[in-house]
Amino acid sequence: MDSQNKALLNYCISLGDDSLTLGHRLSEWCSNGPFLEEDLALTNVALDFIGRARMFYGYAAEIEGKGRSEDDLAYLRDCREYRNFLINELPNGDFAFTMSRQLMVDIFDMGFFEALMQSSDTRLSAIAAKAIKESRYHLRRSQDWIIRLGDGTTESHERTQRAFNELWGYTAELFEAPKEEQQLIDAGIAVDRVALKATWMSAMRAILKQATLELPAQDWAIGGGREGQHTEHLGFLLAELQFLQRAYPGQQW
Amino acid sequence: MNQQNLPLFEIFVRSKRGLDHRHVGSLHAEDPVQAMDYARDVYLRRSEGISVWVVRSSDITASQESDVESFLDPMDDKPYRHATHYKLPKEVDNM
Repeated sequence: MDSQNKALLNYCISLGDDSLTLGHRLSEWCSNGPFLEEDLALTNVALDFIGRARMFYGYAAEIEGKGRSEDDLAYLRDCREYRNFLINELPNGDFAFTMSRQLMVDIFDMGFFEALMQSSDTRLSAIAAKAIKESRYHLRRSQDWIIRLGDGTTESHERTQRAFNELWGYTAELFEAPKEEQQLIDAGIAVDRVALKATWMSAMRAILKQATLELPAQDWAIGGGREGQHTEHLGFLLAELQFLQRAYPGQQW
Repeated sequence: MNQQNLPLFEIFVRSKRGLDHRHVGSLHAEDPVQAMDYARDVYLRRSEGISVWVVRSSDITASQESDVESFLDPMDDKPYRHATHYKLPKEVDNM
């Protein structure tokens, strides 16, 4: 496998990992939502992300061509082999925390998939075209909730502000390009995420203002997800996600 | 969040062009905009429709069960009131 194919394989796995970890976190709200309608809505969004993970893993498995399936990629890799952004693996916290993270990710996804639709890789651009339709709806929800919560009661305002403060440093790595990605960007395959930051910031600023929330201070940043360096939380997430396949290898429905 | 404080909305879905909107159920939401979003998540995830109405349940004035006899009596003894003797052309699918 040449270096560009290897980079493309890792790229697809990274994008699959982003979708799977966040989809899993959202699925944890199933039966725990604040009320029935929101419970259903959250799990619908979870399914969208898990569907995305399948598309990226499926493509990755084809590129690799070693007989590994999308399931193998999801269930049989350990923490260090996962390459998702850290923000996706963080525990849900309270509802304000979940929706704050969702808003950050949704705005990012809108810019990211719009750019990925222009990819010279037709498979990636097709996935992006499907994903952006979902993201448009996800953003409509998360934006609506953040404005409600931020501009709501004193308690909801405080909790939401705290969530943004706690999450802010995790957004830095969304806009950093690892070396390996650069050759894919040069080839017109991957998205130059560094270029997405300005639009992301201005969308973020506008929504936070409407929600009467403060833009958090940018005085800390944490990253490493794309290199397989994770928070302690990913191990616990994978332990639950992978338990069945680890305990009963090859088990099927 | 206390769901008892959330108003109830009735959801109407039109499954395809040419048909009327049909009542499919109800749900709780903060306002009509949110009710519309939830209608999608609760009732429309399997291509059930092409158009949705949401109506605040409290805005519906309903007939009373006790009035049925005087109010809704179909007057079956006056057959000329019923358009049952006309033959519909085949092209008219849904009437």
